[in-house]
Amino acid sequence: MTAGTLALRGRRAVALSPRTTWLALGAMSVALYLVFRDQWILPHERDTAVFQAFNAARDNIDEVKRTVPPVSLVLDAIRGTTDWLYTTILGILVGLGWPAVIALSTFLGYAAGGWRTGLLALSGLGVLGALDLWDPSMKTLAVTLAAVLVSVAIGVPLGILVAKSNRARAVITPILDVLQIMPQYAYFIPFVVLFGIGAASAVIVTFVYSMPAAIRITALGIRGVPAASVEAAESLGSTAGQVLRKVELPLARKTIGLAVNQTIMLALSMVVITVVIDGPGLGENIIKAIQVLNVGAIFDAGLAIVIMAIILDRVTEQASLRLDSRSGAGRAGAARRRLPRRLVLGGLALASLGAIGLSAIAPTWAGTVPEEFASLTFREPVNDLVDWIQANLYFLTIGLKDAVTAGVISPIEKVLRSSPFWLVIAIGGAMAAMLSGLRAAVITVVALAGIVGLQLWDHSMVTLASVLVATAITLGIGALIGILAASSDAVSRAVRPFLDAAQTLPAFVYLLPALVLFSPSRFTAIVAAVIFAVPPVVRLVETGIRLVPETLIEAGRASGATRLQLLRKIQLPVARPALLLATNQGIIMVLGMVVLGGLVGGGALGFDVVSGFAQRRDFGLGLAAGISMVLLGIALDRISQGAGRRRLEDLGERAAKVQVHATP
Amino acid sequence: MQTAQVDRAATTTHDDRTADRATGQPTISVRGLWKIFGPAEPKIAGSPLLELTNAEFRLRTGSTIAVRDVSFDVSPGEVFVVMGLSGSGKSTLVRCLTRLIEPTLGQVLLDGEDIRAADEQRLRELRRRRFAMVFQHFGLLPHRRVIDNIAFGLEIRGEPKASRLARADKMLSLVGLEGYGGQYPDQLSGGMQQRVGLARALAGDPEVMLFDEPFSALDPLIRREMQNEVLRLHHEVGKTMIFITHDLAEALKLGDHVVIMRNGQVVQAGSPQELVAHPADDYVADFVRDVPKSHVLTLRWIMRDAREDDPADGPEFGPDTVIRTVIHAAATSDKPIRVVEAGRLLGVVDRAHILEAIAGHLEPGQVEPGRVEEPGPTPAT
Repeated sequence: MTAGTLALRGRRAVALSPRTTWLALGAMSVALYLVFRDQWILPHERDTAVFQAFNAARDNIDEVKRTVPPVSLVLDAIRGTTDWLYTTILGILVGLGWPAVIALSTFLGYAAGGWRTGLLALSGLGVLGALDLWDPSMKTLAVTLAAVLVSVAIGVPLGILVAKSNRARAVITPILDVLQIMPQYAYFIPFVVLFGIGAASAVIVTFVYSMPAAIRITALGIRGVPAASVEAAESLGSTAGQVLRKVELPLARKTIGLAVNQTIMLALSMVVITVVIDGPGLGENIIKAIQVLNVGAIFDAGLAIVIMAIILDRVTEQASLRLDSRSGAGRAGAARRRLPRRLVLGGLALASLGAIGLSAIAPTWAGTVPEEFASLTFREPVNDLVDWIQANLYFLTIGLKDAVTAGVISPIEKVLRSSPFWLVIAIGGAMAAMLSGLRAAVITVVALAGIVGLQLWDHSMVTLASVLVATAITLGIGALIGILAASSDAVSRAVRPFLDAAQTLPAFVYLLPALVLFSPSRFTAIVAAVIFAVPPVVRLVETGIRLVPETLIEAGRASGATRLQLLRKIQLPVARPALLLATNQGIIMVLGMVVLGGLVGGGALGFDVVSGFAQRRDFGLGLAAGISMVLLGIALDRISQGAGRRRLEDLGERAAKVQVHATP
Repeated sequence: MQTAQVDRAATTTHDDRTADRATGQPTISVRGLWKIFGPAEPKIAGSPLLELTNAEFRLRTGSTIAVRDVSFDVSPGEVFVVMGLSGSGKSTLVRCLTRLIEPTLGQVLLDGEDIRAADEQRLRELRRRRFAMVFQHFGLLPHRRVIDNIAFGLEIRGEPKASRLARADKMLSLVGLEGYGGQYPDQLSGGMQQRVGLARALAGDPEVMLFDEPFSALDPLIRREMQNEVLRLHHEVGKTMIFITHDLAEALKLGDHVVIMRNGQVVQAGSPQELVAHPADDYVADFVRDVPKSHVLTLRWIMRDAREDDPADGPEFGPDTVIRTVIHAAATSDKPIRVVEAGRLLGVVDRAHILEAIAGHLEPGQVEPGRVEEPGPTPAT
């Protein structure tokens, strides 16, 4: 048992029971609120000293960039390299032309995952062309590939380092922790300051965002190599390099393949959002459509993103599974089908060569998808559907929206905004102390005080209100489905495809259905956040409950426990760490989405960041909002991380392993 | 005259309860029990497929026969051991008794009540009050204190807090863990954890206790200590116990009756002495080969009929005395040992018989209780 739970036990021993302490805390908070209501509040100001200081800092940095040669040289070199990487990859994709890209993708898909994956690549890319979104799709793909290339090139070696060296682990893990709770939005500003806007910045931001996954999962894979195998190699006199090359890397191959897969998925999720810093690709189509509220057009672009996500996911996933089966049981089956497989592969290779030849002969024809072919669009039906919903279901959707807004969101928002700021900070600190220990409490208080210092308290409270509401809904729905899925294999099988699909989709896409139903508002952002965060919560709750050892369940059954008793007295208490982790993850994901909801009427911090990019004089506001998001995220994370962080991480890793094994 | 007053486990074997079984009703009666895992299970009743060997059956149906046509009776108050190697079906069998695993075919009777006919509520009632189980990996709840773990079964059946804690406290001292009630399971050693498991099972005052390889996760010294603990508890509380093990020595030490299983079938059933003296086949013979016969068999198994010229003043022992314990008497007296029950002379054991038994020279079929062949030239007295 970890020190954390022992500490928890130690607290149990003190005179006050947790319940009494919570009640006392609650009562005191209410009393203080009633007494000091509307005092010590910090209303929002459009322009503050902090924002001006940030603006000045930016000007200074610009000045330094212009005038100090080493700095400008380094920054220009990085910028130039990424830009070169992006243009080269895009150049190859464009130069190949659509027939060759489709043929090559089909070939790769078939080689990695058989005819299903090949067919998926073929038809999926065909639809991209038919939607007349070929060019933006290739731009998105080019940014993604460029970023992933760098992520993997740096992330995999770093992952190996983290697995091998405790010192590297001690340095890198906290950085990864912070990066992980940073909302996607918060990544932009520092890179914009350093590298400006445009494709190069988009690649850099995407790379930074996706690299932690490469590091973490690689480290997980290397550490997962059985100690006995390493020991055997060492006993035969292997050097460290030999152990790595001949034992660890081969055995971790499948997991590293998975790391690449996850890196790609995260990168794609980020690429779409880089549109706010002028990143190229499908994001542009979506942002334009959002500006004119053409839901049908958003749908087309959203569909294209989903298709790309699915193709990239399946091809890389199958390829990483293949890495594994090649060394083991998969061989026999592969041998049986070898001849026809080779024939198909040969045929596809020939087709690819032919298509490349075609591009060489007729570059203009291969460069653009023919108009008569590129005529698929869902604009009209989707817009019709939206109109129909607005005409016929609005009494429902608007009713729900208004009811939740007036009944829940606004009151919470009002309480938070009318509370003295020190009371909110104190409550946050006290909750962190109760749930996660003293250290977490200190960090929480410092982070919240930082928001006060940034003079964005009021907007942060608005965002916090939405986060709280969305988290409550997410946990309610997620725990319910998770418990059902854990107790019934049928339910588990039924929800699995949805969970899998949800994991592959870029966050941006989730705004869409919410927007269709509820049009821009705070509530819309909350709905999007719920849709976004429920799947991982379901997964964690289910995994946590299913990981409860069979002996314990059996002991309960043998004692004559009912199913409800099993759940209440054994499964839920034993799965407590997993439930805490689910809460923690749920909050962080909700925060990320709520600020993204700044694009669809979510307002507050998210909108501040958007304005920061839109107008130069709002840069300071945007930067402060970005930092506030991170601080809010850190505070929420520390409050909800619970005692025994290590155990939670172990569980996370176990859950990840379960997932790795569950994808045959 | 020597009377050996030693604890029951070490010397005297458990009395043969054949008589009990004939007259009284068995506590548990298993008749023609089958368990099949796999797609073939639902429609297998009466099928000729059941005649197939396990391997053929798996090939033909894709299903596995885990328990095959098992029948036995467990008498009230006895320790009934099911012994077999891993994969022999013993753990499945014991779970079928309380339907933790649903049997495929056959009957399980508890005091004449058909357990397979019980509805869910009745079954729960049986599990709450009549059965209790001790698990190989203890199955203790890590988030509860020891005392709450012991009280768990009582809590499940809805007993008020004060009374269940009082009862749990009593159990705590019964298993020798006074003062540990406030600890958490992971603060205890393996042996102590299993004592908690024992106490939890005892707390509900069940009629039948089921042990699923309870000590195989413990190291040998602790295992022996726990075996003695079970014997002591059995002596004190007199529960009917069904004990699963893969350890022959454990089976022989604890069991009044032992059933040996292999591939889901019962290979042999009998008292420990019967198994050691008369292995039913090579498989069992292989098992018992290394068992010191003199530690298991009693005088009854090696004595010969008394003759006129036997000295009447040799040391006397009861017929159920384990051979090992008379070695000293035989070594210090030059007269043959007289086997006496209720003042009646049943037979005589020569020193040579004892030496032969120690040497393990008792091939299957050589000995029968009360009828021993002449062990060669009798030493002159």
